Amino acid sequence: MSSIRVPTPLRPYADGNKEIPVEAKTVGQALNQLTEKYPSLQPHLFDDSGELRAYVNLFLNDEDVRHLQGTATPLGNSDRLTIVPSIAGGSA
Amino acid sequence: MILRLSPALVDQFAEHGQQAYPQEAAGLLLGVMDGQDRVVEHMLPMPNTFDEAERGRRYQIDPRQMIEAEARAEALGLEIIGVFHTHPDHPPVPSAFDLERALPWLVYLITSIEDGRAVEHRAWRLDEARRAFDEIQLSGLPALEDS
Repeated sequence: MSSIRVPTPLRPYADGNKEIPVEAKTVGQALNQLTEKYPSLQPHLFDDSGELRAYVNLFLNDEDVRHLQGTATPLGNSDRLTIVPSIAGGSA
Repeated sequence: MILRLSPALVDQFAEHGQQAYPQEAAGLLLGVMDGQDRVVEHMLPMPNTFDEAERGRRYQIDPRQMIEAEARAEALGLEIIGVFHTHPDHPPVPSAFDLERALPWLVYLITSIEDGRAVEHRAWRLDEARRAFDEIQLSGLPALEDS
């Protein structure tokens, strides 16, 4: 079974869990399972049009999924998907 | 909620921001929860990796460095409870871009640097509707304000 690691600021929306097991064949399916299980994560991961928010990065093991096949990237049984927030902002 | 800091930490924020001026400085607040309050125990300065030409008004922390920072926080028995950044020659009030990129739950501590000198700190948190920031009370500031 693969797993999703949730970063600290999103754990309150996943009942405080850090690591969540999923049974999914792709990164996209894993994210869908995650938000079905924890609906309050949805608005923090996806915008109103259903796109991943700009601050959401996904690493499959050590690889950014943008450099793989994005949300279509296959997930293996022992893979770990890590949600990594891209912290950004500024004065203007 | 109150964000509790020590005067020594406040001095670190000021120093980090002043050194980066006129660019924005960034860092992570590592600490613990104490009831509804958050207690900052360590500040982890992080490189500003936004496009160099924009660093006077924007900051970004590299995602891979976030992974390392989270591991470091765990090793210290702490959590990443907030984000520190500076607004060079701007008030310490979140911008529209701050709002667009803000994560929930985290506390955002903003320090205003005017003419190279830290002059004001304020802390904020994104509201649950993601529409605005709520200001958070700070404790532990007098050392900087007297300096």
